Amino acid sequence: MGVKALDYETLNENVKKVQYAVRGELYLRASELQKEGKKIIFTNVGNPHALGQKPLTFPRQVVALCQAPFLLDDPNVGLLFPADAIARAKHYLSLTSGGLGAYSDSRGIPGVRKEVAEFIERRDGYPSDPELIFLTDGASKGVMQILNCIIRGEGDGILVPVPQYPLYSATISLLGGSLVPYYLEETANWGLDVNNLRESVAQARFKGITVRAMVIINPGNPTGQCLSEANLREIINFCYQENLVLLGDEVYQQNIYQDERPFISARKVMMDMGPPVSKEVQLVSFHTVSKGYWGECGQRGGYFEMTNLPPQTVDEIYKVASIALSPNVPAQIFMGLMVNPLKPGDISYEQFVRESQGILESLRRRARIMTDGFNSCKNVVCNFTEGAMYSFPQIRLPPKAREAAKQAGKVPDVFYCLKLLEATGISTVPGSGFGQKEGVFHLRTTILPAEEDMPAIMSSFKKFNDEFMDQYADNWNRSRM
Amino acid sequence: MRRFVIGSARNLLHRSHQNSQFQRPLLSSSYRLLSSSPSANPSSSSSSTMAPPVALNNINPKVLECEYAVRGEIVTLAQKLQEEIKAKPESHPFEEILYCNIGNPQSLGQQPITFFREVLALCDHPAILDKSETQGLFSADSIERAWQILDQIPGRATGAYSHSQGVKGLRDAIAAGIEARDGFPADPNDIFLTDGASPAVHMMMQLLIRSEKDGILCPIPQYPLYSASIALHGGSLVPYYLDEATGWGLEVSELKKQLETARSKGITVRALVVINPGNPTGQLLAEENQKAIVEFCKQEGLVLLADEVYQENVYVPEKKFHSFKKVSRSMGYGEKDISLVSFQSVSKGYYGECGKRGGYMEITGFGADVREQIYKVASVNLCSNISGQILASLVMSPPKVGDESYESYSAERDGILSSLARRAKTLEDAFNKLEGVKCNKAEGAMYLFPRIELPEKAIKAAEAAKKAPDAYYCQRLLTATGIVFVPGSGFGQVPGTWHFRCTILPQEEKIPAVVSRLTDFHKSFMDEFRG
Repeated sequence: MGVKALDYETLNENVKKVQYAVRGELYLRASELQKEGKKIIFTNVGNPHALGQKPLTFPRQVVALCQAPFLLDDPNVGLLFPADAIARAKHYLSLTSGGLGAYSDSRGIPGVRKEVAEFIERRDGYPSDPELIFLTDGASKGVMQILNCIIRGEGDGILVPVPQYPLYSATISLLGGSLVPYYLEETANWGLDVNNLRESVAQARFKGITVRAMVIINPGNPTGQCLSEANLREIINFCYQENLVLLGDEVYQQNIYQDERPFISARKVMMDMGPPVSKEVQLVSFHTVSKGYWGECGQRGGYFEMTNLPPQTVDEIYKVASIALSPNVPAQIFMGLMVNPLKPGDISYEQFVRESQGILESLRRRARIMTDGFNSCKNVVCNFTEGAMYSFPQIRLPPKAREAAKQAGKVPDVFYCLKLLEATGISTVPGSGFGQKEGVFHLRTTILPAEEDMPAIMSSFKKFNDEFMDQYADNWNRSRM
Repeated sequence: MRRFVIGSARNLLHRSHQNSQFQRPLLSSSYRLLSSSPSANPSSSSSSTMAPPVALNNINPKVLECEYAVRGEIVTLAQKLQEEIKAKPESHPFEEILYCNIGNPQSLGQQPITFFREVLALCDHPAILDKSETQGLFSADSIERAWQILDQIPGRATGAYSHSQGVKGLRDAIAAGIEARDGFPADPNDIFLTDGASPAVHMMMQLLIRSEKDGILCPIPQYPLYSASIALHGGSLVPYYLDEATGWGLEVSELKKQLETARSKGITVRALVVINPGNPTGQLLAEENQKAIVEFCKQEGLVLLADEVYQENVYVPEKKFHSFKKVSRSMGYGEKDISLVSFQSVSKGYYGECGKRGGYMEITGFGADVREQIYKVASVNLCSNISGQILASLVMSPPKVGDESYESYSAERDGILSSLARRAKTLEDAFNKLEGVKCNKAEGAMYLFPRIELPEKAIKAAEAAKKAPDAYYCQRLLTATGIVFVPGSGFGQVPGTWHFRCTILPQEEKIPAVVSRLTDFHKSFMDEFRG
């Protein structure tokens, strides 16, 4: 029969180049160990409900009613569902074109997109056009769609922060484009220096790459930093001068754990700057129901909003969206509920606020517990998690450890993380999965394990780390316990 | 007499930016989807010294090239007319738009299966599972099934990302369902749950297509997901023509011929797409035919991509659906013999749950290293939506005889399927009564694809209007009657022949109106253009 079409050698090379560490080697090893009976604490992915965070009650009530609309005809429905959930379910069902089981408009249900536009206007103080908002099966799909429009070949470069969430590097690989890294400054709290940007762009252009777009993740993933307004202005000006599309990944906008730098959207800053910038810089902003205090990862609900894209480009994006027919309808309802929440006076309002604030306040506490916990460990330095869901401590691996890693055929942070996993069951993602400066190592964990489990997790980590550091110290300390 | 025009095949093979005379891109100037943004000043976007970074002349050309007629130009026009009727009810000679363009049953009044929705609602809101009031509102077996499913989901967390192939327990249920259907075992590790079958198709195209030198054999007519996906991934579509004269038969000799032609042009043909039951053509392949196809793929080293999303839509008692997996295994072919990817969806059948985006692909016959790559690509998107995954498992393991909900479930199922069969027959007969129209029987799926012989005068009128003749007919039909069909050129057809695709989905009470309006329009159209 000869060479088969799906032999490894004949696969699309771009697929082979893709790396996505979040569900890579560490995760697979952790899953194996879990099957063997070891207790694993999965901190590799921002997946709050998997670690015990409860879904908010109200949206689940509404979507359940939408799934089974015959309940609405039952006189006893009020025994199980509050009146405002019932009303909201009827509202969303009336916006669909046949309930949850019908393909919607390929851009998403118009009524929900209108709710998103209203949310954006309330948040930023500038009107937003529902026609320029497309709902997607998760923000990731939206990112892939937009990058697919931009990348024509390896001559096209996309500026991506380092460290970055590896959706960007993976998608750029898949699409055959070039990743143009710009380094965030760890010692300046993962700040962004425009000079770094300029240098990165210059280097790329020198290599013959056309730099087309710039990705910012705000709040950052894995780094958590919240961009200041001044920083955002610099970035937008830079995009204006260099003729770049700005891709604003703002999926963590609800996750803010300090008060000095509240979330401010790229769009708001751009509009504040007025013309010509506000009318010319092309911007695509992304959001999701997976993060925030909602954490509804499994629904796969997201949107992107386009600003200053020519109508014909928007048409093309619509065309491609139509091939996938429509985003899933239940998630669109989650999105509507997220952007159009309950108000004071609504029956379920107080419970909703209690649940939401409970989650946010706990996340804030856990961000602090983890940062402090890491900073108490030998050779570990950790910036505070200002936002998002992760901690990204720097692990200063001694030369002997790096040597041992080399012997084992592993990148040093992978080596460390595997040992951590085997000793403690804590499953993290090595920093190399996100990008980092040469010779500097990190790992990413989430701040999502339950608050009551945190002290035990941090002390388990500390025990492993400090022993590891002693083991590989330059002078072997024979008197250690 | 059939004519296989190589030139047209070449046209399909080598899509260029030039729009062929009859292929109207979605990007015509009359096709404006949006008003411009309120804050945008139309002149300012071109006033800066540099071209804007993402403009039509510099976006990915593969995006420009791909097309998808099912939601194309005719639908945009229909939506416009719908708005006009809403604003001014007497503005058109009809009261409502009848969308017969898209396989979207629940948008036209088809009801979901109660048991499935009960289970999904309980999984969405498990907090009510142990409340006594729930027993009064939900069937006992739906409550039991919800508990069972939740126990298979780690932490009972339906809001958490699952394993990138989908929740293991749900894949077990699907594998069991495949085995019950086929009589041959299925491995849950071969199953990838996806947001509908379409993303799974894209994944396979991504893996298979390295450049425009890689070709994928596709049926003509085909569901335009395939042509669009091949274009998006930069590959070449290698067409093989189904034979209208023999009920849209698939001849292996035709496959061989097109394969050789492609190879002689330096194309490496990687896979064969077979849609069974067919879309838009509706035919069910005979088992002997399927065996010959399997043999062909094995001989030529092609991946067989079996789109089987309409497997539960069969309207002829003398034929049955046989999965390609079953056929291959019944021939004694296993993992080492044939690479097969089978696609299934929750969107069609009798469940029609399009909006849920649920589906899967079952992959057999390739090595662990390739499976790893597929897993890797799936993992970048983390996982498909959990509710859709649950629904896929319900579709593949519905209530059984003896279950409390079995009777109501089977009554709902049979009601929908028998109604679909009736509508298919009624519309088929109606088309066959029209002058110059011949319609093959819809043995399965959800569509009719009648062929229309257009008079010379009509073809000239179409040319003058810069439209393909079938698109011209469909537009005239729409503006006269409010009925939306998709022109055959959106699916591909033997050059010089014209068709349109019509779904069988309008509710049964509406079918007489569809038939009479169509019949009246057709007569007056023919009167207008008859030589």
